[in-house]
This record gives sequence, C-alpha cells and structure tokens, in this order.
Amino acid sequence: MNKVQLIKLIIICVFASVVLYQSHKVEAQEPVQLPKHAPAKTDGQSLVVQLCDGETNLEVKGVGPNERLDPEKAQTVSNQLMAQWLAKQPKEVAEAWLKESLNARTEAKTTTQENKASTTGQEQVVDFTSRDYKSWERELAKEIAYGDQIFHDDKLLGSTNGVSCAMCHPHAANTHPETYPKFQIQLRRVALLRDMINWCIENPSRGAKLHPDDPKMRAIEAYILAQRKGVVIEPGKH
Amino acid sequence: MIPLKWEKRLQEYLKERENWLKELYQTGSTWEGRRKFLKMSAMAAGFAATQSFVPHSFQLVDVVNAATPDSKQQAFTFAYISDSHLYEKTLNERFVRQLERAVADINALDPQPDFVLYGGDLAQLGQPGELKLGAQILKQVKAPLKMMVGEHDWFLDMGDLWKELFGKHYYSFDHKGVHFITLMSVNEKDFWTAKNLSPMQRMQIVSGLDDGRQSAFEVGVEEREWLARDLANIPKTTPIVVFSHSPLYKLYRPWNFWTDDADEIQALLQPFQTVTVVHGHTHQVLTNRIGNIHFHGMLSTAWPWPYAPQGLPKLTMQMNRPDPFNQTEGLGDGIIDVLGNGRVNKRYDLWNRNPMSVTAKYLDSNGQEDLPAKTSLPSY
Repeated sequence: MNKVQLIKLIIICVFASVVLYQSHKVEAQEPVQLPKHAPAKTDGQSLVVQLCDGETNLEVKGVGPNERLDPEKAQTVSNQLMAQWLAKQPKEVAEAWLKESLNARTEAKTTTQENKASTTGQEQVVDFTSRDYKSWERELAKEIAYGDQIFHDDKLLGSTNGVSCAMCHPHAANTHPETYPKFQIQLRRVALLRDMINWCIENPSRGAKLHPDDPKMRAIEAYILAQRKGVVIEPGKH
Repeated sequence: MIPLKWEKRLQEYLKERENWLKELYQTGSTWEGRRKFLKMSAMAAGFAATQSFVPHSFQLVDVVNAATPDSKQQAFTFAYISDSHLYEKTLNERFVRQLERAVADINALDPQPDFVLYGGDLAQLGQPGELKLGAQILKQVKAPLKMMVGEHDWFLDMGDLWKELFGKHYYSFDHKGVHFITLMSVNEKDFWTAKNLSPMQRMQIVSGLDDGRQSAFEVGVEEREWLARDLANIPKTTPIVVFSHSPLYKLYRPWNFWTDDADEIQALLQPFQTVTVVHGHTHQVLTNRIGNIHFHGMLSTAWPWPYAPQGLPKLTMQMNRPDPFNQTEGLGDGIIDVLGNGRVNKRYDLWNRNPMSVTAKYLDSNGQEDLPAKTSLPSY
C-alpha cells in the first residue's frame, strides 16, 4: 500500500465514521424540555424559598439553607411570597385572584361545615371547591383544544406532504383509542395509541415522529381520548 | 445505548417473532394470508416499494346484464374516478400517483366504458397548480370524460378556474336512452363575507370535513329551477341518472355528508320511474334508497373516510375498515353497468381487496336479494 492509497483509506474511514455518527444521532431521540424553574440565587448562608412561578424568591433571614421551617413560619413565608407576587401583577389580575381566593376559602368553610352538619359519621368530607373543579376543567380543555389544533393543522403536526390527521379521521373517528394497547404485527410489538399516532405522522403525513413526552403528542392523545368519552375500553380489540 | 442484556433479550424476541411469522406465511396460501404477506413484505422493503408505480388492472368479473327484449335502451357501462384531492406534485406525490393509478385502471378496461365520470374534488385547496395538474392527468383518459365539481375545487375562486378548464358546472346530456344530469351540489351560504375571510381562509374552512364554521351544502335555488326546466320535457319513463358531489340526502350534518335542499331535489326526481344518484364526497361504499331513487357513493383515490357515526342508511353494506398500514386501502375506482331497464349495478374496484358489487336487484328488493359481501371489520 502506497502513501496515496493510505491517505485515501484514512479519508474514507473518517468519512464513514462521520456518517455513522450522524445516522446514530438522527436515531437518538431528543429529550423534551419540560418547563423548569430557574434555581433561586443564594449566598449559601440562609434559606431561599421560591414561589411556583419560578421567579419570585424570598430569603429567610436567620434560617440556614438546610434548616426546616416550623409550620407557622412557613405560612408567614408563603404569605410574604404571595404578597410579592401580587404586587408584581397588573391591578385587575391581582384583584381577580384575591376575589377568587376569598370565594374559594368561604366556600370551603361552608361546605365543610355543611358536610359536618349532615354527616352521620359514615360520609367522607371533601374539601375541593368549585375553583378546583373549574381549574381542572379549564386546564384539560386547553390541552384538548391544543390537540384539536394540531390534529387539524398539517404544518403544526410537522407533516411534509399536506396530510393532517383530520383528513382521514374527522372528529378523530376510527382512531379507536379505546382498543389500545394491542399487538400490531406491523410494529412487531404491543402498540400504544402513541405508537400509532407516530406511525401516522411518519407515514401518511411524512413527518418526524414525536417523543412520547412531547407536548404535541400529549395534546393529540388528549384530543383523541376526549372524542371517545364514554366508549367502553376494550384493550386488544382489532 | 441499550444495555447489553436488553439488547440480547430484544434479539431473542425478534427471532421468536420471525419464526412465528414464517409459520404464519407457510399457511398463507389463502387470499387473506397472501394479502398479509404482501403487506409485510412491503413493510420490510420500506417505502421503496411504494415509490414505484405499478399500473394495476382488474379482470372484469362482473357479468354485464343484457338488455331485456322489451327494454327501451341498450345496456352499457361507464366508469368513474373521484375525489383525488391533489396537492402539487412536489408537495404530495402519493395522491398524484394514486390518480394516475385510477386512470391506468380505467384505460385498461376492455371493452372500454362509454364514458368516464370524474366525481369532483380533483384539487385539495383549489390551487391553480392542483387543478391544472389534475386536468393534465385526466387528459390521459381514453374514453370521453364527464366532469363534476367538488367543494375543494370551488371555494378558492368560486369555480372560476375550474369552469375555465372543464366547462359548465351543471349540465345534462342523453346517452343511449338515459337522461344524465350533472349537478353542482356543494354551494354554501355565505359564511365568509361577514367574517371578512380571505379566499384561502374560506377554502381551508370548507376543506375541513369536520370544520363546523362552514355552511351546509346545497344545490341552491338557481340550479333547482334549472333542474325543473330540464326535467319538464322528459317522459316519466325515461331512466334518470344524476351525478352529484354531495349525497343528495341528509346523512350526517357534522361532516357535511348532507345536502340541505335534498328534499326539494328528491321531490323533483320522484315522479320519474327509475332514478339513480351517483355521488362523491363520502369516499366509501355507501348505498341508500329513498322511494324510487337509488343512491350510490363513489370511492376516493386519495383517502377513505370513516362511516358516519349516526344515520347510516340501512341498505349500506360497509366496506371493510381500511388498514392504516397500507396506504392505498379503501381506495379505488369502479364501473357502473346501466341495465336494460335503466337501473344500475355499481361495482367498487377497491385496490388491494376484492371488488364489491351493489346491484339494482339488491336495492329493488330492499336488501332481501343479491346481498353484497358483509364486512368483517366495521368502522369504529
């Protein structure tokens, strides 16, 4: 082997390894970035508590970073944090929040008292207020609406040939989420709904498949399942 | 990176699968087995297999009924292709290939049909590139072509280009003793002006089957008056065949499987002894009978629709639920034999499945005789 051949061989090897590396990279699934709070800034001397908005911080003077707060102190800290948060909000948002919060507290109080008054010692007391029910409903509706949007929009889905989900599945018809999991010979395994969603994205729609935890995947599942509310669950039905 | 022991277990599992599949195929000498095998081979070969276009022609198995001695017109056959929903070729080659496949099917018919009906929705979004591409492909049809318009062709420019390419959007003609009427049955009441929508926004709303922002399909006053005038001088014994994109009856409003003035149209047609409506839009085997009128849906070449969750006509024998792993399943084209008595036998040439025949006898006997093959996998 002369020098030229050797150089050629080296070039080929380098090229091949780059190609292999690249193809490996394509197969690897990108981790999904879920919303994360920025860590609270601390000097390491005292405890810093962060509000669930991930932005509002409070340094608790005289308490070490690993020290435990007693319930009373914790409530004070919590109140202070909420006050800080409220101060940052536009007036109408702050007022609406205060009103909602007050209503929920009053409601919780009355329902608890009513429940206690009517209880025969057998019934359980539930402390959920109408605000809880409303927020559950609202958040789910948002997820379903997002799924609805993706389901009907080829570009949002990532389709490269104009084919959206709803083109074959109006109102998610014939998606039969109630029949999963089931063995799907073409996938060579027991398929979940998301496997079929990804199959459809990759094949009829010629798009890139979604990570199982991708917000889009979760929303599509939410929409499909919501369309089949009340249908009997029959895993394995073909 | 999968840990080694899992990798080993996966390999073992796949090997086990492989053997099981082999066994399955060894017993697969039946049609069903062969179909499964073909699907699997296609999967294994990746999509390379679907990239090459193989024209597929069907053996004509249907017996064309000879005219009875006292019949007024001779029996004949016409073919149909419908609902191709073309995008431009650079965006979606598959839909283009599928229309080409239907054209090849029809051109391979021997003897050739008297004419070919195109059932509407040639384009997906009414774009000039889509309609012109469709026109170019349909030029290859050997038999004379009768064009019908669908909502996907219409709502970008309200039919301007379609009319320029294909002529009148509603018309009638006579052929071998049968009076044919082609309707434009996908008019909608103006939902766009008040909302100040652009032509493209209007088109996109109409193109969404389950988009509730649109109006219901209708034939409309102008065309109904034309129809009444057209039918005025036709003897009541003359067989009538109506082509309509929407079904001309009220099936399922949320998907516009619906014609809002269906009652008025049916009233105009009821005095005639023998009436058949052939419609597009529903992308499935669909059969109905209302009084004297027989209704037949057409297959699409683009994608199949599920059956409506409510209101399916009793006479409809569903086609099998399409297999999502085979992208031409539930699609196809077909022929319509016009019999000596002016009734029709409708044949659905489903790609990848046995053809389905829905005969005049089945409809005339209210589903008592000549039943089409039952579905083994109904719609969910």
